[in-house]
This record gives sequence, structure tokens and C-alpha cells, in this order.
Amino acid sequence: MTAQSTDHEATITTTSLREAVALQERPSRPSALSTTFTFGWRALLKIKHVPEQLFDVLVSPVIFTLMFTYLFGGALAGSTSAYIQFLLPGILVQTIIIVTVYTGYTLNTDITKGVFDRFRSLPIWRPAPIVGALLGDTVRYSIASVMCIGLGLILGFRPDGGVVGVLLGVLLLLVFAFSLSWIFTILGLLLRTPNAVMGVSMMVLMPLTFASNIFVDPSTMPAALQRFVDVNPVSHLVTAVRGLMAGQPDSGEIVWVLVASVVLTAVFGPITMRLYRTRH
Amino acid sequence: MTSPMDAPEPDRPPGRHASAVPAHAPPGSALAVEATGLVKHFSTRKQVTKAVDGVDLQIPTGTVFGLLGPNGAGKTTVVRMLATLLRPDAGSARVLGHDVVGDADAVRGAVGLTGQYASVDEDLTGTENLLMLARLYGFTGAGARSRVEGLLEAFSLSDAGGRQVKTYSGGMRRRIDLAASLVLAPRVLFLDEPTTGLDPRSRNQVWDIVRVLVEDGATVLLTTQYLEEADQLADRISVIDHGKVIAEGTTNELKRSVGQGAVDLRLADSARRAEAAEILEKLLGTSPTLPTDPYALGARVPDDGADAVARILPALADAGIAVPEFSLGQPSLDEVFLTLTGRPLPDEDSAEPGADGDAGRRANVAAEEVSR
Repeated sequence: MTAQSTDHEATITTTSLREAVALQERPSRPSALSTTFTFGWRALLKIKHVPEQLFDVLVSPVIFTLMFTYLFGGALAGSTSAYIQFLLPGILVQTIIIVTVYTGYTLNTDITKGVFDRFRSLPIWRPAPIVGALLGDTVRYSIASVMCIGLGLILGFRPDGGVVGVLLGVLLLLVFAFSLSWIFTILGLLLRTPNAVMGVSMMVLMPLTFASNIFVDPSTMPAALQRFVDVNPVSHLVTAVRGLMAGQPDSGEIVWVLVASVVLTAVFGPITMRLYRTRH
Repeated sequence: MTSPMDAPEPDRPPGRHASAVPAHAPPGSALAVEATGLVKHFSTRKQVTKAVDGVDLQIPTGTVFGLLGPNGAGKTTVVRMLATLLRPDAGSARVLGHDVVGDADAVRGAVGLTGQYASVDEDLTGTENLLMLARLYGFTGAGARSRVEGLLEAFSLSDAGGRQVKTYSGGMRRRIDLAASLVLAPRVLFLDEPTTGLDPRSRNQVWDIVRVLVEDGATVLLTTQYLEEADQLADRISVIDHGKVIAEGTTNELKRSVGQGAVDLRLADSARRAEAAEILEKLLGTSPTLPTDPYALGARVPDDGADAVARILPALADAGIAVPEFSLGQPSLDEVFLTLTGRPLPDEDSAEPGADGDAGRRANVAAEEVSR
């Protein structure tokens, strides 16, 4: 008997369907870790299939680095090569922080396309889709970091901290980016369209990155602005990364960043998971 | 780690045989799905909508159950509650004996879901999508690969397996969705409007697949807007409107409630329409409908109207009225509705957030999200 089909491209036979659907042995439930990695694998596949998503990651640091180094470098620090030593760790931080927005954007895209409901209907560790996506994003951040530092080296960035200092700086940045992403997963779950997520996130990130010590020393800023720059987490992160890359790690700032990361995850992680469970 | 999938399953014997479970389970046999008084409200900024307002369902194991209703009736919301994607505001439901709220993980391990909601990732290839799901269900290494290959083969997607899903045709897309929901060989399958938007050929394919699955003992809950689809597949049907079940029965019972269907005529001469309408009314005993087209008229055929229908054309010929077009239609959902509710089908955009039309769905889902 054949479940006939006149579709020349598709002949579905009852026997093959039956064989395919029959399951001799039900697999045992996978561990939380393995499901999380599966979702991380998915994020990597998406980078492979949609390389355009790396465009912003690659282009924005190039533009910012070139623009600031050559437009303002001479005026701000006396020479472009002096300025890039100061600027590059900051540009790196800005690049990665802006890339974290995509976490919310992709999550929201999954929701609007119905992919997320498929995941929610699976018997798996509940946070796995989100944690896995965040892990996959870390790969994206690493690619952006390599781009940014590579360009910096070409333009004359010579970090005194050496390879180890630079790697530790990047690692600290990745930890912070992972924790910050939980804010964007919340936006991704709350807002209606991927573009709305993008818009709101940028509105938050623009002041955070510009009103910081990324581009200039805040000592010339008005007092009120200085006060904001001082409490801005981005400033602390930039100072910590700069210290590590310059071979003069500032343990106070590093601890500050790590504590901030823990707090961000502890507060926004559970809120994300609650929204994830209850949204309809 | 204990797995709900390892739990003993009294509902179904191990191994799937066509004869293991009769397609029409006798009354009193185990229920695969049982819902009592399900309620779900959605609040938007303006108002609270009762999307589902006290729905009871009893679906015997090994049968196809149709949930029939117009856009916005609450069908999708019912399915989403049964699939553990939505938490009911009141009432309870059990799938294969597992409570959808208290034992959600066990339900998730036992059901497959295909619909506008549970989709696959369009950016990935068909193979990657299935492989991802296989791994998430606990298949590993070669086991996962062979499971995926078998499914692609069975759904005639082997050649397309390496292509991104966004390049698939509508029929292929629906097949990969179905394959995705069958990775773990679920014993209960929820199909939310599985054929909406498909061409007739692909639709028949989906129907064939559903029939095979049910022959092999699966239980299927199907939502549809088409009476024909419910008629083709479902053993029993619940008609749902404004979140309430307004009729329940076999397709035949349902059809009997609306009569045999309707006749539609087109006359050669519009001046004779009133006369033709009189003849129709006399023969069928129902009042004819007079559409805006002055040449057309129609009437519902009552339960015992088969003989009367046969006399329509001779009677009109006797009166000298030429009838170039005559058709006898099955009762449509419109007619079921008209009969059950006394009003025609509601308009597209009403009531249920996450209604069934695609564009409408997006907008409604969005509204719903903001409200959370």
C-alpha cells in the first residue's frame, strides 16, 4: 500500500514512513550541559549560514578605530600612535558591548518565527536555549575582538601587557558581555519586533558607551558628566581592560567588573527565565 | 537523572503495529487527552479577551480528533495549553495521564507539535534542524544521524536535506515541520492547521501522513478551519467558537445537524428567479437564499432532502426555467456555523490573540507580548 502522491518530487510511502517513525529504543534524556552545547552549535551554524550577521561586528570597529585615530588622535593625544594605545582597549569594549544587542535581536527573531515555541515544547533543561545562544554569541564576540585587535596592531597598537595581558583583557570583556546579554534577552522577550529590540537597546547603549572614558580622559568633562562617567560600568570595564593590556592590572577595577557581572547575571538571568516560562 | 520518557507507558504496547490499536477506539478505552474546563484570558491594554472559555475535551487513544472553528475561535490557544506552551488560567488537562501544568516535562516528552507556532529554523538546513532536535531529545552520534536520515528519506526530503529551509516550497516546508515533530515518535501529535496555505497536492500528502501515523497507533489532535479536512481525517469533531465548544460529535452527526448540504443554481433568465425560488422552497421546505447576483439562487437541503433534490431540475424544466448551472455542495463550515450559532462566520481579525491568519497572527502575538 502506498500513501500515494502525485508530487513527482515527493513520493512518500507508507512503509518508509512507518519505518522512520517507529522507534526501537527511546534515548535517555540528555544532560543540561549537552543540550546547552547543542544550542551553542546552532548559533555557530547560523553564523555559517548567515555570515552577513558578522558585518556589523567587523565593520563598526574598523570605522570607529580609523575615524577616531586619524581624526582626533593628533589633537587629543599629540600623535595618532600615542592615541591608539589609549583608544584601542576602549574601542574593543564598545564593539563587544554593541554586539551584545544581537542576543536580544536573534532571540526575538526566534520568537516571531515560531522557532522558540518548538524549543519550549521540548523536554529539556529550560534555560538551555538561552544559555546556549549566549555561549554561541561569545564566539561572535571573540571574532570581533580578533578583528579589532588585529587592526589595532596594524595601526601601531603595542600593548605592554603582551599576549597574556591582551588575552586576559579579552577574557574579562567576554565575561562581562555574557552577563550584560541577560538584559537584552529580557528586551528580546518583552518587545514586539526584532527591530524594536535593536532600537531600544541602542538607545541605552549609546549614552553608556559615549559617556565613558572610551574616547577621552573624563577629567576635562563638566562635573556632573564626570560623576556619571565614574559610575558608568562601561568606564570601569574599560579601565580594567586597559590596565590588563598595558601590563598594569588594576585589581580593584577587575574585581568591580567581576562583581558587576555576577550581579547582572543573578538579577537578569532569573527574570529572563521567568519571562521565558510564562510568555505565551 | 530520571527521564519521563523512560517511564512505563500503559497506554500503548511497545512497538508500533497497524493493528495494535484500533483506529476507532471503543468508548471507555483510555483517553490520550482529557481536558476539563480549560480557560485562558488574554489582556491587552484595552480589554481582557476570553480566548478559551471553559473547553472540555476527551480524545480516545488512537483516534484523530478535529477542533474545528473559524479564525480567532480559540483553537490554537487550546493546543498551546495542551502542549504546555501556555498555562491555563483555570481548568485542567492531562495528556497520556500527565498533567500539563504539574507534570509538563512528561507531557513534552510524549507529544509532538506541528503548527504555525512550533516551527523549524529557516536559516539552517533540513538536516541540521532535525539533527539539532534529535540531539536535544537525547540521540547521540551515529544514532542521531541515522534517525535524521530515516526521517528525511521517509518525508522525501533527502535531496533537500542540505539546503536551507528558507529555500523550501510550502509543501516541503510542512513536511520538514512534520518530520521535526516526529523525531521522538510521539504517541500524541498536535497539528495546528497543518494544511493552511498548502496547495491541494501537498495537502493530500499531509493527510496521507496523518492517516499512516494514526494507523500505527498515534493519537492526533488537529485544528482546522475546513470542514472537509475534519471530514477526511477526524473520528470526532468539536466545533469551537468564541472559546467555547458549541457542538461535538462525529462528522456524520455534525453534518446531519446541518442537513445534507446546499444546492446552488444559476438561471439563464434573471426575471424567473422569484419563480424558481418558489419552486425550490416548495420542494425542499427551506427558504432559498438570493445572492446579489440576480441570476443565482441557492437553498439548504434538509436532512431527508435527497429525493427532493432529485426533483428540482425536472420541476424547473416543467416550469420552463432554463438552468445552465446546478451544483450540490457538501455543507461548509459556514453552514455548520449558521446552523449552530444562527450567524455567519465571524470576520478574520476578531478575538483570539495569536489567531490563525499568518499576518494577523504576527500582529496579535506582538500585541500580546507587549501586554505581558
